[in-house]
Amino acid sequence: MTNVAARPKLASKARLKWDARDQKHVLLSPERGLVLNASAARVIELCDGTRTVDAIVDQLATTHEGSDRVQIARDVDEVLALLCARALLENTP
Amino acid sequence: MTAPRPYTLVAELTYACPLACPYCSNPLDFAAQRAELTTDDWRRVFSEAEALGVMQLHLTGGEPLVRKDLEQLAAHARKIGLYVNLVTSGMPLERARLAALRDAGVDHVQLSVQDARAESSDVVAGTVSFDQKMRVAAWVKELGLPLTMNTVLHRRNLDHVEEIVALAEKIGADRLELANTQYLGWALENRARLLPTQAQLDRAADVAASATKRLHGKMEVLFVKPDYFGQRPRACMDGWGRRFLVVVPDGAVLPCHACRAIPGLVFDNAREKSLAEIWERGDAMNAFRGEAWMPEPCKSCDRRAIDYGGCRCQAFQLTGDARATDPACALAPAHAIVERAREAAERSADADGAFVYRGSLVRERRV
Repeated sequence: MTNVAARPKLASKARLKWDARDQKHVLLSPERGLVLNASAARVIELCDGTRTVDAIVDQLATTHEGSDRVQIARDVDEVLALLCARALLENTP
Repeated sequence: MTAPRPYTLVAELTYACPLACPYCSNPLDFAAQRAELTTDDWRRVFSEAEALGVMQLHLTGGEPLVRKDLEQLAAHARKIGLYVNLVTSGMPLERARLAALRDAGVDHVQLSVQDARAESSDVVAGTVSFDQKMRVAAWVKELGLPLTMNTVLHRRNLDHVEEIVALAEKIGADRLELANTQYLGWALENRARLLPTQAQLDRAADVAASATKRLHGKMEVLFVKPDYFGQRPRACMDGWGRRFLVVVPDGAVLPCHACRAIPGLVFDNAREKSLAEIWERGDAMNAFRGEAWMPEPCKSCDRRAIDYGGCRCQAFQLTGDARATDPACALAPAHAIVERAREAAERSADADGAFVYRGSLVRERRV
């Protein structure tokens, strides 16, 4: 993924919200709401500009013992690609 | 039927506006409305909407900046977790107030720009405003807020879409909404001056499509086609009483901002009843909810769950019957009304005439 920053950070216009009604995370942005599954929400919570993509994968692998690191890396890439395509990551390198 | 979950509250805080756009979506008789809701009323409305499931709030009008309590309203909305969209003309506004609004909790600014150049933009706005809008756009970016530029498209600016896209890039917009005029209310009054030709529309759609592609991931470009030129109607408000709640300045709660013009509907008021009660059991809210009200050809149409029969206001304003199939649909018995308007637009009849500007609220009050 060429466009994702080394330390991905959620764009300031996007806000993660817990929707108590449907018991799901929603990513709010101008006039949009993306309903997230639990693993996508966990990835986004870690996109705070302090962690590299590898560090995000490591963190998730540690907190979810027994899960496959390759699969986690694939999930992280997928979430980052989605955020990137919707311009929901900060553009900082 | 069970009410679905609303996701968006459109809060029309006031009908007052320094602009006078000839396609304004406020009602024709906006000046005759009752007193506006108070700060406390609006705060309660926001909280009740949030409890119903609403996530997106549009602070709009008229011009929401006219409300002196806008900062307080934005702060409350943000506190309860709503995503706060400020939909504005950028007038009257100074940088310090925009900073205060950001600090209060405005998440996103949608700024209207009527055309790519000052002269033509100001003619449509009915007042000198373009340079101020450019200043506001710069402040929005400086203050780190996301910016949507919204341009309503019609006969007199569709040929400028390339320039409009360039302007949006220049001011650093994150999103550009190219929304073709919907011919209701003031826009219906001005239809002969606003309705484009097919060729104009096709060219603009091509320009928008290539901009969407070129700017992917940088600037989102949305092109909303005019329903007069489609074969099927638009899914107005994503269906009546389905996702949107509109509260107008005097507290009336509507499924759409324009539907007060439909006679025979009983509108509840947020001063008198809870939003939940109105949303779930209100007379107007249920009038065209679901499919039970549908006539043929909607009733047996395989697109009835896609376009919900189109726009009830348009059906009423063009045929006199709010239950009719939206005349924008090629299958509608009254489709000839739309075809005749398009043919007239091709012949350019009346196209160069003067706009009927939205009446000034200030002037109306002086009478």
